[in-house]
Amino acid sequence: MLKILKYSFFDLMRSSWSYVYFAFYLLLGIVLLFLNSDLSKAVITLMNVIIVLVPLIGTIFGVMYYYNSKEFTELLLAQPLKRSSIFLGQYFGVALSLSMSLILGLGIPFIAYGLFKSNAIWDFSLLLIVGVFLTFIFSALAFNIALSNENKIKGFGYAILMWLFLAIIYDGLFLMSLIIFEDYPLDKVSLIGTMLNPIDLSRTLILLKLDISALLGYTGAVFKQFFGTSFGLIISIFALIIWVALPVLRIIHKSKKKDF
Amino acid sequence: MADQPNTMIGKVFLTKLIDWMNPKTTISFLLFLFSTCFVFAKTITICKTGCDFNSIKTAVDSSKSGDSLFIKTGLYKESNIVIYKKSLYITGEKGTVIDTQNKGYGFSVEATDIIIKNLTIKNIEVSYTKEYAAILLFKSYDFVIENITVERAFFGFLVQKSKDGIIKNNTISGEGKAEADSGNAIHLWHCENVKVLNNDVRRMRDGIYLEFGNSSYIANNYSTQNMRYGLHFMFSNDNAYENNTFEANGAGVAVMFSKRIKMFNNLFKKNWGTASYGILLKEINDAELQHNIFEDNTIGVNADGTNRITFTENTFKNNGYAIKVHGACYDNIYSKNNFLHNSFDLSYSGKLNSNKFENNYWSNYTGYDLDKDGIGDVPYRPVKLFSYLVNRTPESIVLLRSLFIDIINFSEKVSPVFTPENLIDNKPLMHKVTW
Repeated sequence: MLKILKYSFFDLMRSSWSYVYFAFYLLLGIVLLFLNSDLSKAVITLMNVIIVLVPLIGTIFGVMYYYNSKEFTELLLAQPLKRSSIFLGQYFGVALSLSMSLILGLGIPFIAYGLFKSNAIWDFSLLLIVGVFLTFIFSALAFNIALSNENKIKGFGYAILMWLFLAIIYDGLFLMSLIIFEDYPLDKVSLIGTMLNPIDLSRTLILLKLDISALLGYTGAVFKQFFGTSFGLIISIFALIIWVALPVLRIIHKSKKKDF
Repeated sequence: MADQPNTMIGKVFLTKLIDWMNPKTTISFLLFLFSTCFVFAKTITICKTGCDFNSIKTAVDSSKSGDSLFIKTGLYKESNIVIYKKSLYITGEKGTVIDTQNKGYGFSVEATDIIIKNLTIKNIEVSYTKEYAAILLFKSYDFVIENITVERAFFGFLVQKSKDGIIKNNTISGEGKAEADSGNAIHLWHCENVKVLNNDVRRMRDGIYLEFGNSSYIANNYSTQNMRYGLHFMFSNDNAYENNTFEANGAGVAVMFSKRIKMFNNLFKKNWGTASYGILLKEINDAELQHNIFEDNTIGVNADGTNRITFTENTFKNNGYAIKVHGACYDNIYSKNNFLHNSFDLSYSGKLNSNKFENNYWSNYTGYDLDKDGIGDVPYRPVKLFSYLVNRTPESIVLLRSLFIDIINFSEKVSPVFTPENLIDNKPLMHKVTW
């Protein structure tokens, strides 16, 4: 598995898309810091971008890489190799190279700007952790979609739809259901609803750090316990780990049964 | 020693007298005056051994009006020291500690011209029926309380029906666990013209509480970690408070049922919690807020039933809500304020009701200024659709900063349906207001 991971990783590192992705984040970081010199404000703006963009790029890259390297995969399958190690190797190769572009692209301008001396360092590292989690989650979901669909166009379509659903439509439905059932106690429901969507989950995790004063404005014992203590942080990180684990397990399961 | 001022006044008075009195009466009058001077202006020292008295209580009881009491360094285990209709000048040496041993009041005073200075008073009794205080002033006029440190206080200073006093440079701290078993640091009840300056009050119920207190001035105080309010006004008119810092109090600062309050240059900071505000305005009229800074509060200003209030040149920074306006607010003017990076700039219930938002700087403003006059060409709408939704369904706060919310906020901005249409800042500033 490690060999395939290494191969996929270096293959992607050589591809121009990784450089474009890296350059985009580098530029974003520099422009943000240039426009507002306040590090913690830049972190908030960055959050808005990361929450939406990282899943999108993770999804597209995952699907694209799977379909592009399909012939090579079939070649590998003819060798005496474990199926799970082939697919997991490819998956981790994609996810790692994307995470590296993200971390380096954003890290370099912020470090150059004096991140280590500022107190925004924890917020910023949380942002990077969330970004990495989102990359792993969405490339795993993309691999799942690609594995289940032989048709490229269909696979792409489903992947984009999944992103659209989780990034925007889910929140719309969520908000509507909250308003429809506003007569009922909703605090637990709303927290569970947040857990069920990795984008919402990451957003909440960052909000816990940044907008805590607004969140505490809501009266509710469950909310207070969740947002007011480290309990919320631990649960959120745990849920993110589950969000990575489940799709990866499905990749293993699916790849074992798939007929090529 | 301390009787010098009296003899000085006596001498001046005498020289005036000598000018128009005949020599014979002068001499007898002079003798009389000198004798009375020495009788009145006595300095009594108090210490464990070798002084006039070894107990403050007996010293106070045997002193006469006009006397000075000097308490030397030491620990005095005394309580309920009653000063009744005597004007005394009580000072302590550095390190003078009065331990009331959880027995009633420290000093209980009913007198005019009273000065209490440089003491530490500690261990005030906690009671659920009586308001035990380190210093209780009742019907006292022209008083000065200065440099008093109160530790483990129940009430710090309880001032009732008094006038024309100064309370300054004191430090008061308590250790109460709940609102019920703790008192207020400085509590003014039915007082007039009292100055409260440079005090540090913490871990009490209310930091400074004015109940029926008029024409008072509160400045340069630091009030923090109090269970209820850092500063609390009730039925108190014509007061001013300036340059105070209120940090991390249970529910911030409350100004209720009061008229004509001036609030200048105060800092309201880190008041976090479900019912916590930078400042709570409830049934107040004709007040002025200027040059205040509201930072990191759950709600910066919570206005309910406030009329004719002007907010000018205040800064609202990083609050959950900068301003939350409830019903029955009329003719309030918000101008030249800075709204910087608040989660919600404004939350509004009901109609606009002739309140006005004008010439403010909003960090969320996205308009442009083509004629370069420093005023944005497009009006700003401070109320977002999302803050309306959160008002209706509080749980929806979990969707804060979601992309979907940004989209519906944008569409609401383009064509307002739910938010009041006329609630706009027609002349938003392009640059931060400085003062």
